[in-house]
Amino acid sequence: MLVALRVAIGWHLMYEGIAKLLQSGWSSYAYLMDSQGPFSGFFHDLASNPGVLRVVDFLNIYGLTLVGFSMIIGLLSRYAKMAAILLLLFYYLAHPPLITAEYLFPGEGDYLWINKNLIEMLAVAVLLVFPTGHIIGVDRLIQNFKNERRKK
Amino acid sequence: MNEEKNNIPEKKGSSSPKDPRRREVLKSLATLPFAGALIYGAFRKKQFEHYKHNKLLQTLSLGTREDQPVYAPPARKGDESVLGIGVIGAGSRGIDLMRSAGFIHPSLMDEWIMEKRINRQDNRIDIFMGQEDLSIRINGVCDVFTVHEQKALEASANIYRNGKDGKKGNPATVYKDYRDLLKAKDIDAVIIATPDHWHAQMVIDAAKAGKHIYLEKPLSLTVEETLAMEEAVRENDVVFQVGHQNRQIESHEKAKEVIRKNILGKISLIETFTNRNSPEGAWVYDIDPKANPHTVDWQRFLGSAPAHPFSAERFFRWRCWWDYSTGLTGDLFTHEYDAVNQVMHLGIPDSAAATGGIYFFKDGRTVPDVMHVSFEYKKLDLNLLYSATLANSKNRKKSFYGHDGFMELDQDLVVYADRDSTKYKEAIDDGVIPTERPMVTHIPGESDIDAITSATQQYFASRGLLFTYRGGQQVDTAHLHIKEWIDAIRHGSEVSCGIQEGVEEAITAHMGTVSYRKGQKVFWDADKKQIVTS
Repeated sequence: MLVALRVAIGWHLMYEGIAKLLQSGWSSYAYLMDSQGPFSGFFHDLASNPGVLRVVDFLNIYGLTLVGFSMIIGLLSRYAKMAAILLLLFYYLAHPPLITAEYLFPGEGDYLWINKNLIEMLAVAVLLVFPTGHIIGVDRLIQNFKNERRKK
Repeated sequence: MNEEKNNIPEKKGSSSPKDPRRREVLKSLATLPFAGALIYGAFRKKQFEHYKHNKLLQTLSLGTREDQPVYAPPARKGDESVLGIGVIGAGSRGIDLMRSAGFIHPSLMDEWIMEKRINRQDNRIDIFMGQEDLSIRINGVCDVFTVHEQKALEASANIYRNGKDGKKGNPATVYKDYRDLLKAKDIDAVIIATPDHWHAQMVIDAAKAGKHIYLEKPLSLTVEETLAMEEAVRENDVVFQVGHQNRQIESHEKAKEVIRKNILGKISLIETFTNRNSPEGAWVYDIDPKANPHTVDWQRFLGSAPAHPFSAERFFRWRCWWDYSTGLTGDLFTHEYDAVNQVMHLGIPDSAAATGGIYFFKDGRTVPDVMHVSFEYKKLDLNLLYSATLANSKNRKKSFYGHDGFMELDQDLVVYADRDSTKYKEAIDDGVIPTERPMVTHIPGESDIDAITSATQQYFASRGLLFTYRGGQQVDTAHLHIKEWIDAIRHGSEVSCGIQEGVEEAITAHMGTVSYRKGQKVFWDADKKQIVTS
């Protein structure tokens, strides 16, 4: 089940990355500018500097794709999961579902304090505590390879 | 047979140590097909969206992105002799226009720099500093209020775009009478931003003096003035631009394409609006305490207007009286009309019927604060409606109603297909054209109008939000409009709002005004060039 959860979350993150990659001219600008809550100043600052924004866009597009791919195939999944937690934490902090927050971006559900970004982040944290890459995943191959070298 | 016999034990012998390894590899790569499936799925989805997108563009005859005209201001040619400009009327609008021409008042410069330090997203200073140097100098200023005069002088000297403590150039010459300014040899062209009742005489005098003219809207107070101005401008062959800076808005260029390609089908109704809800929006401007009969040349302000004792209220809030202003129709409808006229080339209507009154600002004004005018274009089978209130600020956007679609136009542009469209029936039935969300949009800063595909774009488009980020920097439209005028003076290029457009704007506005003031429907007699009541 944990492997299925890992693949599902990996799938979601990877497709988020690919979709942005395929959408010409995608930018995180509007999402960042729509930020509210205690950290909104930080996210607005990111958006207002074109150079920083380009980096943020790049990290979003390729970071999501790579992290998702790593989680699906179970390659370096420990690092991939840590990166996923970081990304999801940023998404949560940029758009926290506060009592007073009203976002322009349409949400598909109703949330208060806890939203799907946070839940997904917690699920990745569970996967970090109970890793599965060495059971089903390329990490197993890497571990075996390392073991064999150690034996030699 | 021998070979087979020999092979079997070899296979058996080799398989037993390899099986665990194969299992290991299988377990290691078991989830890899999911990544493959995702990439395949994403590719198919993109293919489907691409197909749908192209089909929509094809249906709308929008062509490819490359085919579409991209807004670009005229290029400069290089033979840049410095043009001398005179500013007549240096109140708030005159000072704004000086800034758009490149001459910011030093204290405003300091204020914007300070604002930028407090709020990094405040990009007014960046937009100003990014403006092209038009290679002009303000050599003369003229205003009837000494405070305005001084402010204009300080702005004119700010040729290096500095704050109060920065380096300055020589200030302009002050002229008490604009006729003296028109005689000056170092003035090639004038920017006129006086109250409306002075426009006609100043334009006629400037044209006769051979000075090129940038005139704030509206053109005039009456039809007679309008025709006299047209004659003077045409006879003296000066470059004349009416200050409708919305001619430079990107979305209007895109709207022209929508109309040209007949995306909306037969248009039978256009609605235009003004909504404001503040004293300032209703022309109740602050009164400068320094204004008194000694600092304001009241008789010069009045000019040909009816005699009246000095009134600081009338001086600063002149738009509230017919004596100096054309009210809602001249001051605000002209913006709306000019936007529609540049997109549709409507010209002067056949008739106008207006109603309205002073319903909210009962402060002694004579012009209405709520107004409706219905303009008829019989040959076009079209009605143009203007609906205005100065007592509610709901944002209503210019709306074009066609048989096949509906277009909302503002800084952005959004087109919806009509659910009962004949032209798009098949495409709507096939699901290629949506009816519940926009089928075409233009978001400021992006170079093309497009059939939108992403949910985010759809959402922002439907909310009409302005995020000018990609495809170019933010620009001041008044700067572009003045630049267009300067380019036309230098290189003989076209202006977008010349005397023809100005006359159409003025006559249409006057029809609304006359109808309101007479309380009856009025008609345009094109032969006699008169507004008539029957």
